[in-house]
Formats: sequence, C-alpha cells, structure tokens
Amino acid sequence: MINFDYVRVSTIKAAVDAIVKDNNSLWLAGGTNLVDLMKKGVMTPQKLVDINNLPLKEIKKEGNKLIIGALALNSTVADNELVRKEQPLLALAVQAGASAQLRNMATVGGNMMQRTRCPYFYNTDMPCNKREPGTGCGALKGFNRMHAIFTDTEKCIAVHPSDMSVGLVALDATVLLSGPRGDRRIPFQNFHRLPGNLPQKDNTLERGELIVAVEIPENKLNKHVHYLKVRDRTSYAFALVSAAVAVDLEGSTIKDIRLALGGVAHKPWRLTEVENFLKGKAATEVNYKQAAALAIRGAKGFGLNNFKLKLAPNTLVEALKTATGKS
Amino acid sequence: MEKDKAPDRIDRVDARAKVTGTASYAADHKIQNTVYGLLVGSTVAKGRIKSIDTKAAEKASGVLAVLTYFNTPKLPGYTTGKDPSKPPTGGQPLRFFATNEIFYYDQAIALVVADTYERVLHAAKLVKAQYEKATHKTSLEDNLATAKVPTGPRQEDYTRGEADSYKNAPVKIEQEYYHPVEVHNPMELGSIVAFWEGAEKVTVYTKTQGVQATQKSISDAFKLPLGNVTVHARHIGGAFGMGLRTWPYEIAAVMAAKKVGKPLKLVLHREQMFTNVGYRPATKQKIGLGATADGKLIGLTHEATGNTSAYEEFTEATVNISRFMYACPNVTTRYRLVPLNVCTPIWMRGPGEATGAFALESAMDELAHALKLDPVEFRVRNHADSDPEKNLPWSSKYLKECYEMGAERIGWKNRKLQPRTNQDGDWLVGYGMGAGSFGAMRWVASVKGILQPEGKLRLQCSVNDMGPGTATMMTAVAADIMGLPPGRIIIEMGSTGLPPGPMQGGSNVTATVGSAVHDVCFAMKEQIAALASKAGSVFSKANSQQLKAEDLLFSENGLSLKSDTSVRLSYSEFFKQNGLPAVEVTKESKGTEQPYSSYSFSVHFVKLRVHPATGRIKIDHVVSCADAGTIVSPKTSESQMIGGAVGGIGMALMEDMVIDQRFGRPINNNLADYHVPVNADIPTVDVLFVNKKDPIIGPMGSKGLGEIALVGVAPAIANAVFNATGKRLRELPITRDKLLEV
Repeated sequence: MINFDYVRVSTIKAAVDAIVKDNNSLWLAGGTNLVDLMKKGVMTPQKLVDINNLPLKEIKKEGNKLIIGALALNSTVADNELVRKEQPLLALAVQAGASAQLRNMATVGGNMMQRTRCPYFYNTDMPCNKREPGTGCGALKGFNRMHAIFTDTEKCIAVHPSDMSVGLVALDATVLLSGPRGDRRIPFQNFHRLPGNLPQKDNTLERGELIVAVEIPENKLNKHVHYLKVRDRTSYAFALVSAAVAVDLEGSTIKDIRLALGGVAHKPWRLTEVENFLKGKAATEVNYKQAAALAIRGAKGFGLNNFKLKLAPNTLVEALKTATGKS
Repeated sequence: MEKDKAPDRIDRVDARAKVTGTASYAADHKIQNTVYGLLVGSTVAKGRIKSIDTKAAEKASGVLAVLTYFNTPKLPGYTTGKDPSKPPTGGQPLRFFATNEIFYYDQAIALVVADTYERVLHAAKLVKAQYEKATHKTSLEDNLATAKVPTGPRQEDYTRGEADSYKNAPVKIEQEYYHPVEVHNPMELGSIVAFWEGAEKVTVYTKTQGVQATQKSISDAFKLPLGNVTVHARHIGGAFGMGLRTWPYEIAAVMAAKKVGKPLKLVLHREQMFTNVGYRPATKQKIGLGATADGKLIGLTHEATGNTSAYEEFTEATVNISRFMYACPNVTTRYRLVPLNVCTPIWMRGPGEATGAFALESAMDELAHALKLDPVEFRVRNHADSDPEKNLPWSSKYLKECYEMGAERIGWKNRKLQPRTNQDGDWLVGYGMGAGSFGAMRWVASVKGILQPEGKLRLQCSVNDMGPGTATMMTAVAADIMGLPPGRIIIEMGSTGLPPGPMQGGSNVTATVGSAVHDVCFAMKEQIAALASKAGSVFSKANSQQLKAEDLLFSENGLSLKSDTSVRLSYSEFFKQNGLPAVEVTKESKGTEQPYSSYSFSVHFVKLRVHPATGRIKIDHVVSCADAGTIVSPKTSESQMIGGAVGGIGMALMEDMVIDQRFGRPINNNLADYHVPVNADIPTVDVLFVNKKDPIIGPMGSKGLGEIALVGVAPAIANAVFNATGKRLRELPITRDKLLEV
C-alpha cells in the first residue's frame, strides 16, 4: 500500500471540487472494494475524499418515483419497506450480493462503481488491459471460468460483479449525477459500458461526476419477481450467472416484463428483445425456453466459461418459472 | 475412566477466552520496541535471481534492514544436511536467502524490516528483482510422464496375493480419480514474534503444532543449545497440519530479529498462505477393483501419483488405506511422485487417507452399482475381521456398528438402488456413503500434575491446542478421576519449558496426552493414599489398614474415607498436616508395541439434492459416525466431527487452488476466490459415536478422531451425487458447471 492523503467533505460541491482539483484523488464511500484494490496496488490514489458525511442516505418516494440515495447502505436498501413493497426485485438482487458484513458497509453508489473481480485485474504482475491498457488480456486464454459470454472485444472479457446493478438495469432505473458542469441523468442501462477499445473504463461517468441517487419509476412489476443467482457456494460468491425477472401477469398472460442477466458481460445485461418476445405471450415453460434461446443469441464462450452458454438460458428459464409460479 | 459411565458434557474450557478475545495467538504478543518484517516473493516460478534492487526500500522511512541472498550469510546450521528424524524427509530444507535459485512462485527473495507495519508494507513494494527465468513445471496432469518412485519412505510397491488380479474378476471396474491442490487456510495466518537476548538465546511465539519440534528446528538452524530456544504456542487459530513443520519464513524471521537486534513480528499475507506453507498435494489415482458375482472382493489395485516440490520429497500414505480397509486376498498398491515448481506440500487433515479414501470409496460405490448391490451391504460383505495387511487382530473395530447407526439416522432405507429415480420437483435426490480410517496412535508424553491446597489441579504439558479441544480433553480426564469440577483444573500448555508432549497431529493427542493425564491422576491418588495411611492421620486412626486410592473419596472439598465419609479433611488441612505445599506428580506415558493393529474408523452418510437445469447442489443432511474408542469429551469431539464434515464438504464441492500454468502461480490465492463452505452451505450434521473402549491402546481406551472426521466425507458426497443424477464425478471439486444438465 502506498501512502495517501485523506480528507472528509460534507457537501456535494466540496466533494466534486476536491476530485476535480486533484487528478489523483478518489472518493471513498463504504470502501469495501477500493481499499482491497489499494492494498493490492491495483489502484493507487494519492488522496481519498471521504464522502460518507454527504446527505445522500435517504430512501424516499417522490411522485411516482422511488429515489434511493447513493450512500444508502446495501443492507438498508434490502431491508427497506418501500423497496420491498414497490421494487422487491431490487431487494432480492441486493440481498444476493456479497455477505451480510459487506452489505452493512457497501453503498448503492459504491456497488455500481465496484471493479471486476477478474484475477488478472487484481494481480499487478499479470497482463490486464483494464488495469494496464496494452498489456493484453490474461483471461482470454487463461482461467476464464467466471468471464463474459457477451462482449464486443477480446481485449477484455471481464464481467461486472454487481447483483444490485442487474436488478436496477431491469427496473429501468435512472442514475442521478452531480458534476463540475452541473447535474445530469443517465439511464441505468447506459451507465455501465462494454469494453470496446477502452477496457479500462467501466462506465460512462465523466471525471468529477458524483452519483447522487438512483431513481426507479413506479411499475406493476412487483408481484411476480425472482432473482436467481447460481454461484459456487451459497453466500459470499460472485455469480456464475444470475437472472433478474419481474413480470406483470394478467391471468396467465404476460402483460409486461423486465429481464436482465448478471455474470455474462462487462455490464449488467438487459434483455429488451427477449422482453418484447414474451410480452403478450402465455407464461409457459415452452415460451420461456424460446425466450432463453433468444437471450443467448450472439453469446460466445472462451473455454472454461463455455458452460455459461447453457447455464445462462437455463437460469433465465428457472427464474421465470419461479417468478410466475410455473415450477 | 470408570466403566460404562457416561462422560460429562463439559464445555470447551477456553471457549470464553476465545470468543472474548483474551486468548492470545502468536501475533497478539506485544513486546516493547517490536519491529515488523515482511516477505517479498519471487514473481517467477523457476530460475535464478540475477540482482535485487533494495536501494529504494532501504531509503524508505523507518526501514531497518532488507535481507536478501546478496547480503545474508548462510546460517550455521544450513549445511547440516539431511536429518531423517526431521519431517518431511528427503533433501535439504529450503532456507530463504541461502541460495539465489528460485524453486517456486512467491518464494521469498527478501525480508524487509521496518519500525511500523505500514512502513514495512510500503517498503516491501519497492524491492525489485531481476531474474534469469527458466521453464517451470506446475501442472501434475501435464507432467505425469515424469512420475518417479519416492527415494524416501513409501517407495515400495505393495503386493498381497497376486498382482493386479482384479483384471480377472467376473465383475470389475477400473477408473481414474483426481483432486487438485487444497490449501489448509486456517483463519489465523502464519505468524511469528521472535526476540533475542544476546546472541545465544532466542524466544519465539509462533504458529506451530509442536513447540518442541520448532525448538529443535531453530536450534539446528542457528546451532544453539536446545535450552537456549524457547517456543510458545498456547493457542492456534486452526492449522489442519500446516503447523506440523517449521517453515522457512519462521527461520527467516528469527534471522532478521537477530540482525536488527529487536523483537520482530512477521505475519504472512493470506496470499502467502497459498504459496509458502504447504497444502494437500494434487493427486491422480487409479483404482482397479474386482469381485465375484455375489460381491466378494477378489482384487484391488490402487495407484496414486501426487506432487511434491522441486527441492524436497514429500510423501503421504495415499494408497495405504486400500491395503487394510477391506478383506481382499489380492491387493497391489503403487505410489509415485511428480516434482513441481511449487512449495513442498504438508500433511492436511486426514493426510493420505483422505485422498486415498476418495478414490477407494468412490470405486467401492462404482462396483456396488455394477453388482446391483447396496453399497453398505457390499462393504459389510467385505468387512475385514482382522487386519489383512499386518495379519494382526484389530485392537478394536466397530465399523459395522457405524454402518448400522448411520444408515438408520440418515434414512438409508429411502435410498433408491437405481440412480436418478428419486425426484422432488425439479430436484434429483440422492443418498451416498463413504467410510474412513486412520491409524490410532499413541506416542510419548510427560505430564506434571500439581494438586494445590485450595483443591485446584494444575496440569502441565508442552502439547498445544490448535482447536480440537485438547485442554478440554485433559480437563475431562482429570476431572473424572480426581472428582473435581472442570473449573478447578488449570491447564498449562504450549510452551517448551513444560514437560515434553507430542506434536498435535495424526490424531494422537487424546490417546497420548490423555493417557499421561490419566496416569498422573492415578499416581497422585496413590501418593495421597500413602500419605493418608501415615500414623497420626485422621484416616489411619479410623482405618488401621494401609489405604489405597480406592478407599478414599476425592472431591473439590478434599478427601474422605469411603467407608465412613464423616472422616474427612480439606486438601489444605491435609497438606498442612503433611507439611507439604502441594502434591506433585510427573509421569511419562507412552504406547507400546502390541500384537494388534489399531485404527479408528468412520462412516459418513449424505443426503443431497441436485438441480440439473442450473447445476445447483444442496446438501440436506450429513450423518457422521465414528468408532474412536471411548469418547472422553463429547462436546468438543462432536465439534471436531462437525468440523471434519465441513472440511469434507469443502473438499468435495469447492476447494481448488487454481494455478495458471502459463505463469506458474496461483490465481485464486485469497479467501474470496478460494472457496471453503459458508454457514449456509452446511446442513444439519449429526454426529454419532460408538463410544466403546479400545482395550489395547491405553488406559482410557480412546482412539483418534481428528482425521476420520474428514476421511470418507468427499466420496460420500460424490456417491450421493451419482445416486441422485446417475453421473459419476471422479474429479474434485464437484462444481456447479459439472452438474449442469447431468
């Protein structure tokens, strides 16, 4: 670990100013990922700006929107009554992440900002285009069991590790930002990105932009939901594949639906095309299997992760069955 | 132990100290002016260090020294050569900084010392080395062609009857099994605090399973008289075998403490726990097993190839279980090693047997299936009534009782003989079982007992307690014999100054140390009876006969006559009358060669569910049954068995140190990526003991428990997976991807 400065701020403006002023500074929220990365020498900020005192912890209803402050703890979100009642898919997704201890520390904004757990990214002696552009992708021909099956490049096949983000992308959330040039809103789906030619860039934030909150529009998707996470052990393990499902059922007809996968790409993987396919159709296993086949189109394995080509569609079918009581 | 008396369920005596944080582990020892050491590891897996740039590190604030090959004189004891009494044998133990040769990734190339932990962390990052790289070998499977016969122990092939005769059996199977490297990963990291008094005397607090063995290693390395080396290890935060040897990092820390002339603390990083302190070696096995059509074994061949390091030979008894576990006239075993560019392995819970039993017990299940026989029935038909390897009667064996009670508890009658015929919705349900065994050993221990006037008994022995409950066991034995409540017994252990005890390994400690405690307590009672018989004592006045121990009642309140309990004295009065401050007894106690074969046995039953669409697996129930002789301390024994089942579940479903062969280094060397079970993975684990005395091994009749708690669990799970799905998985761990669409 290198020496670093530490300051604490209590306004959004001060937080943004501190980062804009100093190119080698980073915000510190729960620290559950950043501190690890600093210990491993993967990230080497010279200054940490502690934002835990900012008034961004609130979870509230504003009009027909649920607004969750960026500093709300993961455990608070998962237990929050409004969230559980109106957006239960999010509660399930958050609950599936990390461990109880980590959820007690980790924030909503931090969860979105966490880095991939690709082992080549973590080990500074190994090649990794995300950590050190140009050095190659260690995982491509290495241990890629956990890696992406949807990617736009072979420069990086890392996956985004967040469960919460899979829930948020499914629920059409919007990210509220505050930056040096004022406030901005990004659809959650455009927050994380595919690696392309810039695998070092996880998301579309600009320097100095702070996540203030996420906003979820009201929906009728709170009755038939499921978040299925298949992982190597029952807790404290990242997803091999996860599926977020929320359905508005009318009788046995799918009136509206939201679907997303985790553990398959550099970003939480929304399945809009598959949703359109299922809308208006009957909630049957036959339809789910067709939908799952559609969901996996364009996917590609890199060896040790080939099993995900089967696991991803199967997990989606299973989550749909559980959500709609067809299992 | 009194016959047929249910042992008291006493609580773990150090539980409160452990959960309240007052129990001190090696790194907890605070000594004034302590400085901090940190190892810097090689980034290549094979080659030579050309140069090391330590300038930046040396200039960093607070840095006191940077030890490397280029500035560190060889230890006086370095050239001693091979000492066959020192485990593991074969080859010179590696000493950091004595050679510029790199044998494995993360082998220490430097030890940085600074005045604070933060400063040493920083400085260690500044050390840069240049290497002359060579081609490394780190894959067992890719290098099986280079397998060789060990030069040290276990080199001989074994044949009983006709070699490889399974091939001619009417019903036979021949299969290969594999498990990868498994790492001990105890919660407590490898840690040492070392300080010198002058140039000739050193004291260390370290994570070891045997303080005397560490004392001997340090004394050998530094050429010091044994008495000048003091080693303490009262509490250990788990070890599972990794503390059965003095590792190079410990010697390096002692060396660095001497160089800087200050107390030095060195704690390994979790990453270094994967690379520098041993592991269970990866092992490829092949079993050929043949039987008559009615299920009597004809031939068994067990071959195993494990990995060792490129600089030492490590062997374990992987194939030995096949020689004695079942009645089989023709048995062949072969054992080979492949040297790889990795740290030397070390014994890990159930060493050898856990590996061997995975193959043997899987193969037994495979053959039972081929014979259309119930796997329990198949084992009963091939029960070894005496030891077929040594041609000796067992000192005791209640394996059949284990089969019976375990089958009853798990509901074995609900198991379907035909696999994949038991379904619960989308889940496939299966039952499996596997047996285990481990040698029941009794070594040598000395224990000193001091009965104090206030009715407290102090027991002293250098043995330590890495978690199985040794202190509790000693307390239970003494409390029972001395009629004292457990709270009146004080255990002093884990230091070289105390009467010598055994290593905490090989499941020997209850038989070894427990017997010594037993002998000490009985001798103490006799000594007290002799004092009570002296003319003038209240006891001799009331009873003119020479008193024996059994004529007296011993309790926390003191002594009384059995024949007339109104004749009584407190210990303080009794000692005062005899002019004694206390009664002290020291006894050495050891096992003797007997015309019997001694083993502990276990049987593990598992019920589980597999969800083939997603590869999920859920273990519903584990029943572990043990024949370990008399159970002295039921609570800690049950905990030890539960811990073994948890370890077995990890072995079966999760544990796998992944090495990226291109770089020759582990890539999941942390506890997030190297999986062991979490609470949510563990179902109810029922523990059942036969609890029948072994009449040979020692006065209490206790056999060992630590290893058999784990041996046989992994195959029980693999067999249950087969019963559930119809798919036989012969490679551990059985991860979700292997169960997908089975």
